[in-house]
Amino acid sequence: MKQNTDNPAAAAEEPNRVVKDRARKKYKEGFVTDIESYTIPPGLDEDTIRLISAKKDEPQWLLDYRLDAFRKWQNMQQPEWAKLNIPPIDFQAISYYSSPNANKENAPKSLDEVDPKLLETYDKLGVPLHERERLAGVAVDAVFDSVSVGTTFKAELEQVGVIFSSFSEAVQDHPELIKQYLGSVVPASDNYFAALNAAVFSDGSFVYIPKGVRCPMELSTYFRINAINTGQFERTLIVAEAGSYVSYLEGCTAPMRDENQLHAAVVELVAMDDAKIKYSTVQNWYPGDEDGKGGIYNFVTKRGNCLGKNSKISWTQVETGSAITWKYPSCVLRGDHSSGEFYSVALTNNHQQADTGTKMIHLGKNTKSTVISKGISVGKSQNAYRGLVRVAKKADHARNFTQCDSLLIGKSCGAHTFPYTESANMTAKLEHEATTSKISEDQLNYCLQRGITEEDAISLIVDGFCKEVFKELPMEFAVEAKALLDISLEGAIG
Amino acid sequence: MLKIDQVVANAGDKEILKGLNLTVKPGEVHAIMGPNGAGKSTLGNLLAGMPHVELTSGSVEYMGKNLLELEPEERAAEGVFLAFQYPVEIPGVNNMYFLRTALNSQRKYRGEEPMDSAQFLRMVKQKIKDLNMRDDLLKRPVNVGFSGGEKKRNEVFQMGVLEPKLAILDETDSGLDIDALKIVADGVNQLRSPDRSFIIITHYQRLLDHIQPDYVHVLADGKIVKSGDKGLALELEEQGYGWLNE
Ligand SMILES: Nc1ncnc2c1ncn2[C@@H]1O[C@H](COP(=O)(O)OP(=O)(O)OP(=O)(O)O)[C@@H](O)[C@H]1O
Ligand SMILES: [Mg+2]
Repeated sequence: MKQNTDNPAAAAEEPNRVVKDRARKKYKEGFVTDIESYTIPPGLDEDTIRLISAKKDEPQWLLDYRLDAFRKWQNMQQPEWAKLNIPPIDFQAISYYSSPNANKENAPKSLDEVDPKLLETYDKLGVPLHERERLAGVAVDAVFDSVSVGTTFKAELEQVGVIFSSFSEAVQDHPELIKQYLGSVVPASDNYFAALNAAVFSDGSFVYIPKGVRCPMELSTYFRINAINTGQFERTLIVAEAGSYVSYLEGCTAPMRDENQLHAAVVELVAMDDAKIKYSTVQNWYPGDEDGKGGIYNFVTKRGNCLGKNSKISWTQVETGSAITWKYPSCVLRGDHSSGEFYSVALTNNHQQADTGTKMIHLGKNTKSTVISKGISVGKSQNAYRGLVRVAKKADHARNFTQCDSLLIGKSCGAHTFPYTESANMTAKLEHEATTSKISEDQLNYCLQRGITEEDAISLIVDGFCKEVFKELPMEFAVEAKALLDISLEGAIG
Repeated sequence: MLKIDQVVANAGDKEILKGLNLTVKPGEVHAIMGPNGAGKSTLGNLLAGMPHVELTSGSVEYMGKNLLELEPEERAAEGVFLAFQYPVEIPGVNNMYFLRTALNSQRKYRGEEPMDSAQFLRMVKQKIKDLNMRDDLLKRPVNVGFSGGEKKRNEVFQMGVLEPKLAILDETDSGLDIDALKIVADGVNQLRSPDRSFIIITHYQRLLDHIQPDYVHVLADGKIVKSGDKGLALELEEQGYGWLNE
């Protein structure tokens, strides 16, 4: 089944208003932190990988894992099936490791030892790390280029047995857990970008929730790319033991630069019996300018393994950034009665391209999945939903509900839906709904007549369109996500 | 309050209003009746600044201003309200949130302080009560899944909250049951005041049993062809529009 809606609204009218010039709000996270950093020269070969591994003082098995992944990657091809126009990437022109100097030798032991410039950076981004200004109830791991600069509330979390640390630290402190789970959900050979990540990954977060523990606060990682010509290859691993619960959030930003920068991450989630993981993303990587210059290539593999009975993994994403997004957070529903959810808002403006969606793989009996995708295309952007629902032979009574809605604003953008289903079991019940609409002139006029300005009206209508997804986000992030959409919608009219 | 002078206007590319005159003073209620396609909605759309209606000649003065020079949202903030013949649905947008955004945009235009959510909630709850409407109207998304009658009631509720100076009701009584008709009429009557005016477009005399108009006009073929008092509506009800041509 394939359905391709090439902007049916193209011929119809634009919102009927006089062109207004408006001072465009800038991408406010687009600043550069002026900090001395240690960056390895561009280029990628086995020595690069040895160097990264040595920098992190890694055990031999991990170096072997990386080298093995690298050799696999060398024999793989960049995927071309997505509805994306990806300019050739010169992997030898990228630097694979950059760390602020302060972190060169030893990572700071506590946040007090962190370079004030870094702390200032996170202040400016609205994620203060100092004790007195921290967001209440949210623990943060702050990743700056290739390293974690600090993690808040560590001690408080340790008291209940929750491990929340940078990936590099976890390799040192909990090697047995890393060894057990690294690559268990996304094998190095999974795909081209996952293999690259497995070879060169630098930092990310590790979360471990012990049996029966409900994590007492939201955990979050803030990813920041700062250095020029570097890629960010983070690795995140979350393990939720039987009966545990965790809500995890990630946010990401980068400076405005004319060059494209590569971000290729891997996220793996594991949920045991009755465990629940709620994973939310507010993705705001620099999208490039109005002419399509610059911006992040966001090529990410995210997958959750519902290993235990009755386990649940829920992905919620609000994607407004990046020049190109290639991302399909997925769930493997292995445990009987397990469930997977995917809630997504993807907004593209100007020349942005997004090919995003999910895979729900039903292996266990009575497994259930829900997919709600909202694509919003503005300007000259292209926005595709790509989804796969697969039901294995033994997955009796699997159920899926998929709804993908596209909203078009303007006449030069495109929305596309590629929903695939493969079912090997007669008892499966799969439902799919799809709509494509544009902000109707009648809706806009109705708002105007009530005194609402055109800009506010569009934001109101878009917000309404995304409602089902926003309500899945933790409160503070729903507010942030909404504000982000408003900024990204700038220039949508006139 | 409002002076419509020799207005000629197109809807789409057809001339619909063909030299229309109408003067409305503060506090007055004018009923406009007339056959289908006469141009009644076109007149409402022209006043509210809705697209596809274009002035060819003539003028409209509203509270000393050239109304047609203002943007639609500016007209709203200046007190012009149009209850639509076919209200639009806005999925996912809570009715109360919509109205608060509208009210605060209008207040901002007028240089007034925004109303905070607590104040607003109190005010809105009171209005709902006064208007004899159900609370769930507030929580539901704007007009989504509303019955025809509920949509019309919602228009009247919005009018009550926004407290316009000139309210134009375009067939707000069409498709209403008897109780709903009374609710709508009450909504108008409660708002009646010496400095607020109404233009009520209707096909039925029965609404005018509940809302006593000061004037009744017949709009036919783009012009006001006859004006009178309430008695005119009764005559029309009995005899239709045909006799006007004789
Ligand atoms: N956008 C438009 N494009 C073309 N013609 C239009 C447009 N809007 C209105 N018209 C035409 O103008 C004429 C007057 O329409 P209008 O809606 O004003 O009538 P009305 O008096 O309100 O009728 P009714 O009692 O049926 O509501 C009709 O013939 C209608 O088809
Ligand atoms: Mg009409």
